[in-house]
Amino acid sequence: MTASGCEPYDLVVLGAGCAGIAGAVAADELGLTVALVDASAQTGGQFYRHPAPALGAVRPEALHHDWSAYRDLGRRLAASGVTHLAGHHVWALTRDDAATDAPAGATADAPWTVHAVTGPDGAEERPARVRARAVLLATGAYERQLPFPGWTLPGVVGAGGAQAMLKSGLVLPGRSVVVAGSGPLLLAVASSLAAAGARVPAVVEASGYLRYARSPRVLATNPHKAAEALVHGAALLRHGVRLRTRSAVTEVHGTDRVEAVTVTRLDRDWRPVRGTGRRIACDALAVGHGLVPQIELATALGCATRPVPDGTLALDLDAHQETSVRGLWAAGETGGVGGAALARVEGELAGLAAAARVRGSRVPAGRVRELRRRRDRMRAFAEVMAAAHAPGPGWPGWLTDDTDVCRCEEVTAGRVRAAVTELGARDARTVKLFTRAGMGWCQGRMCGTAVACLAARDGAAVEPPSERRPLAVPVPLSVLAGLEESGETEAS
Amino acid sequence: MARTPADLVGAQSDPPFEITFDGRRITALPGQSVAAALWGAGILAWRTTRDGGRPRGAFCGIGQCYDCLATVNGEPNRRACLVPARPGDAITTQEGHGHDRLGV
Ligand code: FES
Repeated sequence: MTASGCEPYDLVVLGAGCAGIAGAVAADELGLTVALVDASAQTGGQFYRHPAPALGAVRPEALHHDWSAYRDLGRRLAASGVTHLAGHHVWALTRDDAATDAPAGATADAPWTVHAVTGPDGAEERPARVRARAVLLATGAYERQLPFPGWTLPGVVGAGGAQAMLKSGLVLPGRSVVVAGSGPLLLAVASSLAAAGARVPAVVEASGYLRYARSPRVLATNPHKAAEALVHGAALLRHGVRLRTRSAVTEVHGTDRVEAVTVTRLDRDWRPVRGTGRRIACDALAVGHGLVPQIELATALGCATRPVPDGTLALDLDAHQETSVRGLWAAGETGGVGGAALARVEGELAGLAAAARVRGSRVPAGRVRELRRRRDRMRAFAEVMAAAHAPGPGWPGWLTDDTDVCRCEEVTAGRVRAAVTELGARDARTVKLFTRAGMGWCQGRMCGTAVACLAARDGAAVEPPSERRPLAVPVPLSVLAGLEESGETEAS
Repeated sequence: MARTPADLVGAQSDPPFEITFDGRRITALPGQSVAAALWGAGILAWRTTRDGGRPRGAFCGIGQCYDCLATVNGEPNRRACLVPARPGDAITTQEGHGHDRLGV
């Protein structure tokens, strides 16, 4: 057991991205003892992912938008007393309610326990436990994928994945990379790939951009977002990248690796328009359809969720970022995907609110009012963005019966459809029981959306796949066995 | 215009070192993950699937998809996108669920 398992912190923050760092330093500055727990060796989360120090990057900001905001957070973190627990993969978060009746000295005033395994990929088999009086969940999001023929071929990578490997490892998946899918991330990915020396023959966006125009007020109050898009757009023009909207990559060609893709026009519902397919030569494809809030630690505790207009589920939060479970706050993408600037504001707000609760004081009204104003403005934009890039109902038209839907268990679209039409499955859970789709290593993170869409009956609304996973990351049995021996409630 | 990612950020890394992939020598930079080192050498696949025996490599790049599982120094099921490359590492293609040789 690590030493950190012994002393309860006032606040434990899960996730060291923008939201988590902002929350941790805000609470620290108000006098709380804070632990910042993250799987990576470095802070920054996915957005500010950057090369390891040994790579000696003199200009890390060249790969980033708004790097100065991260530098400021980093300075505050360095000046703080926050304990950064790097290389901690959290697999469960528990709340010991019974302990409130327990005698003094027990877990009564620190009911939360974070369970983690350590090491760069969690394989060190050294369990760690962190106790705290309050929790801030800032676990971010992962990329949403929609399958299509050939998407398992080497050279097809997540758009966010290509970005992550570039930012941390300074590598590219190929020399000529088509970027496809939907959402604002695509422009950012394409411009950084191009800046890093890749040829980007095309950016293929399934939506149009016209939906943004239907919300002029929200656009006008979020000028920084328009500016961001312009920066990326200008970079793409400079690199001669073509943007094709209302189109999708509907097939990947190649035997051992990507050699070309077929780009097809889509109708309003994202159904491929016959006869419009055009082949584009490339040696890699970076693809993604927006982001999914990573909230399983919270839903395992019964936290209320809300549907987001893009078809994902996010945590339902109150005016001060608290979930429906008392003492558990959330910030950033866990409350709906909205970007780094929003995450910083929400993290700060949550940190202030948690500090006030732990200390039994009032929230600093003026500062909170200002943060809430900024949050509401940016949240409104996030909702417009989510609606603009929501997958259209016709996307399963990209699939053939032998397209793998579940990458881990190699379950094809044909088998999922058979589970629905012949065996009567009507939701992702039943499909999973019949076919094993979503039962593999990634626990449905890659195929969840697709299976839920295929399982929905014609015309019925698709239920977002519920983010329920018994363990948030795979845990060696020896770790679980060790917990049993050492007792669950008291850190040894 | 920068021609490589390293040019773009002005990387002045510590000296490179060697690792092997299925016996073939490749160069890694300190601070790179095993997956990044493999990509750097133009290798995109280092696992074959259990059913179809299909090649796979890194996909999500952030530890979520488990497509990048590799055998690192004889230990299967390591996520190559998270594990840092170390001098002398022997990376081998992982077949199936990684325990085939154990017969489990
Ligand atoms: S690439 Fe997805 S887990 Fe490593």
